Amino acid sequence: MREFLTGNYAAAYGVKLSRVEVVSAYPITPQTSVIEKISEFVEKGELKAKLIRVESEHSAMAAVIGAAFSGARAYTATSAQGLLYMYEMIWWAAGSRLPVVAGIVTRAIAPPWSIWTDHSDFMTLRDAGWAMLFASSAQEVLDMTIQAFKLAKELMLPVAVGWDAFITSHTAEPVEVPPQEQVDYFLGEKKKSPAAVDFENPFAHGALAFPKDYPKFREDIHRTLKAAGEVYSNIERRYYEATGRERYGLVEEVFCEDADAVMFIMGAAAGDAIHAAGELRRKGLHVGVARIRSIRPFPRNEVEKIARRASKVIVFDRSYSLGFGGVLATEVRSVLHEEGVDTPVISVTGGLGGSDLSPEYFEKIFLKGLGV
Amino acid sequence: MSLLEQFPREEYLLKGNAACAGCGPALALRYVLKALGPRTVLVIPASCSSIIAGAYPKSAFKVPVYHIAFAASAATASGLVEGLEAQGIEANVVVWAGDGGTVDIGLQGLSGAAERNHNVTYICYDNEAYMNTGIQRSGATPYGAWTTTTPLGNKGRKKDLPFIMAAHNIPYVATASPAFPKDLVNKVAKAQKIRGFKYIHILAPCPTGWRYDPRLTVKIARLAVMTGFWPLLEIEHGRLRLNNPSTNLLDPARRRPLKEYLELQGRYRHLSEEDLKVLQRQIDEQWARIKAMLRVQEELEDQVEQGQGERQR
Repeated sequence: MREFLTGNYAAAYGVKLSRVEVVSAYPITPQTSVIEKISEFVEKGELKAKLIRVESEHSAMAAVIGAAFSGARAYTATSAQGLLYMYEMIWWAAGSRLPVVAGIVTRAIAPPWSIWTDHSDFMTLRDAGWAMLFASSAQEVLDMTIQAFKLAKELMLPVAVGWDAFITSHTAEPVEVPPQEQVDYFLGEKKKSPAAVDFENPFAHGALAFPKDYPKFREDIHRTLKAAGEVYSNIERRYYEATGRERYGLVEEVFCEDADAVMFIMGAAAGDAIHAAGELRRKGLHVGVARIRSIRPFPRNEVEKIARRASKVIVFDRSYSLGFGGVLATEVRSVLHEEGVDTPVISVTGGLGGSDLSPEYFEKIFLKGLGV
Repeated sequence: MSLLEQFPREEYLLKGNAACAGCGPALALRYVLKALGPRTVLVIPASCSSIIAGAYPKSAFKVPVYHIAFAASAATASGLVEGLEAQGIEANVVVWAGDGGTVDIGLQGLSGAAERNHNVTYICYDNEAYMNTGIQRSGATPYGAWTTTTPLGNKGRKKDLPFIMAAHNIPYVATASPAFPKDLVNKVAKAQKIRGFKYIHILAPCPTGWRYDPRLTVKIARLAVMTGFWPLLEIEHGRLRLNNPSTNLLDPARRRPLKEYLELQGRYRHLSEEDLKVLQRQIDEQWARIKAMLRVQEELEDQVEQGQGERQR
């Protein structure tokens, strides 16, 4: 069924189709319409979920953690300050190995106040033990939200699905909404998680771990996330088999095959970058775009392969590690160094606080990268 | 029949736990778990009980425990109970939190959960300071008490959380003491029969932080009640009621001298006569308020009854 949906509504449809049992959230622009739509689904009886309208984001994440510990499928969504406010619980969700799914409608961090997009909020999840997927269209928000529940279950880890404020969150696009039975088939029977409460064999979850035990918990999460690329690929394949929706992999490659200069980019701005690459190709310049769809697991193999073929790599970041530079660029450089790929990497940071990006802007970056 | 024989025999607080000798909270928890039974899950924020529960992979509690961050227990319990209900699983969802996690850092989440009226029992075991980190003042520390962050005695006044919770119009609020286990067990059991958010506040003496001989825990807990420092009461669907022996203490003459309670505790050793008067005054005010509330409550009930009678005519 084809619907005309904003990114936020697409997320709500994804939640409904995934038969989520507990939703808890606190309103923040630009996330609000996700929760408004879910509230509508719940109150109309279209989604049989408990909706917990908490008094803060810290409590929102705590509530979905509690729900996941009960064995229920749980969802929340937030942005910027809200994500930072729940940050303590972000780590708790991962440390507890609970399959929470969170929508992150990316918004610049204050002060100064800004409600517009950049990825600094999303990137704070990087070290917390979450799987981190990023969509660039309403369709992808819907598909990734559904996939996220399966990924979370299989990894026994929380999964974040990010998308850009307004550009994706509030722009309506035609979205293919899969029928319920296809999603039911894809998600399969709910199985009891070993991390969930057990009254027959009571255990204490999260008890004090002495130094001899603590590292094991961290290493286990690290290994799980590092190997999660294959898990996600399998999930995408099964989603394709169930619904016929497209498969992109961890990195969507556009014109990368024979490109001299490749731009790594994440989120909605990839559309402008692809447009720019098309224009330049018409002028005979070999440029390509590699759209990153997952930060954790980091697409090491894909990044290495793409960079090895190119003579120049441009990494476009919509976030800063303040005082250091682009986060994505740092990660790409690290992978290339480890894999012995010596393709030069140019780091460009832009689009912060919603500042405008355009095909012309990306054309200039490509030309600079090519030294033209 | 001895007191303990009147309670379920099953022990849910196991031997060899890490509580200090004479730990008031551990004593209270033993009774609380007997009242709750095995179909119970405890949510425990950072507190002494995070340690008493034992280190991974062991647990000193014979019921499932979810350890959670300091400020998050009430919200976590909200999600847990809603998740269980969504799946048709019945269980007692109980928060077991200290005074710091309740009256200070956890208050926002607690207020939200109470206002939403989830079917949760929230129990605060109040040892009147941050004991797990080594005796720092909390919002529940009484006036005058020594702590490591109030070396000259606390200048603040103990936050009155039971009445703050009552102002949320939740179905059940109660105070309790491990020196009156029958009252405590009855209150916990009663709370399980009431649907909605229940709040029970237990004054639980801490020999380590209050500076007294561990064998005196029950005596001190009893004196807290008998001196009128800690009234035993319940507020059921908005209706305030004193419980024995506090019922008799509306008359100040029947209260034991406050000094008897204070002089057993090293944390009050430095109290001046002036300080003692301040603390005594706070207790007198507390009782005057309870008395006034009981009177107003009766008047209101009479008025409502009269009004209904008039409408019927």
